[in-house]
Amino acid sequence: MVHDDATVSRRVRALETELERRGIVDGGMLDDILDRLLAHSTPRQGARVIAHAWVDEAFRRRLLDDGNAAIAELGLSMSHGPAPQRLRVVENTERVHNVVVCTLCSCYPISLLGPSPSWYKSESYRSRVVRWPREVLAEFGLELSVKVEIRVWDASAETRYLVIPGRPVGTENATEDGLSALVTRAGMIGTAAV
Amino acid sequence: MSDRFDVGDRVRVRLDDPVGHTRAPRYVRGHVGEVVERHGRYPLPDAVVAGERLGPSSVYAVRFDAAQVWGEGEHTVTVNLWDEYLEPANGA
Repeated sequence: MVHDDATVSRRVRALETELERRGIVDGGMLDDILDRLLAHSTPRQGARVIAHAWVDEAFRRRLLDDGNAAIAELGLSMSHGPAPQRLRVVENTERVHNVVVCTLCSCYPISLLGPSPSWYKSESYRSRVVRWPREVLAEFGLELSVKVEIRVWDASAETRYLVIPGRPVGTENATEDGLSALVTRAGMIGTAAV
Repeated sequence: MSDRFDVGDRVRVRLDDPVGHTRAPRYVRGHVGEVVERHGRYPLPDAVVAGERLGPSSVYAVRFDAAQVWGEGEHTVTVNLWDEYLEPANGA
């Protein structure tokens, strides 16, 4: 099925109009939900989390163990949307590379990364990265050694995934803010190294 | 209610092909994977969109070997699946 933006916009507008006509939502309600969700949602939030995990080993372990509790220490939450989400953080190492997709739609940790990039929602990415991840990552410019095990995470339920990329070499003396500036959105989805 | 499956259990995704909404991706239906973690309990989306108000049920992260699903590939794919989508496959 082809979903160009104009088709999707028309469909959303028609749905919204019908929901309002039936009194299920009022005009401001959807805007309020979106405003609340997006007010502080940018990839800089995710980058703060990653940089803190890089400099604080105990925090890194807590983050891998219970993502929601760990990000609360930084004043962040996965509960700004209509329903609370579980945050599962996975870590790239020299042996394992993680990459995230939602094959059914576009599930994504919006609170930590902001709205997802258009390629994340494309049928091409969603269908191909589960089947040929090594090739898809190479197309993104990430050539992984054949010794690296690839784990694809298909986020099709109420759990959202965040990838801790490997800390770049030569950053031993960098400040936490300096490290945070190095962390990219693609790095936290798993389609790039940092 | 406790979880029906434990981490380490082998499970098979049911072959059901529902007419309405479901979150069981087609590519893993009929395939066997291993429960690698439990995500908690959430309402079954198939029922939610149909307007049925059921209690929440368990959601599991189930890991599949690409080679088993597609006959090739050395990676794994971990899919989040509701209890209703699964049946036991220990020994498989």
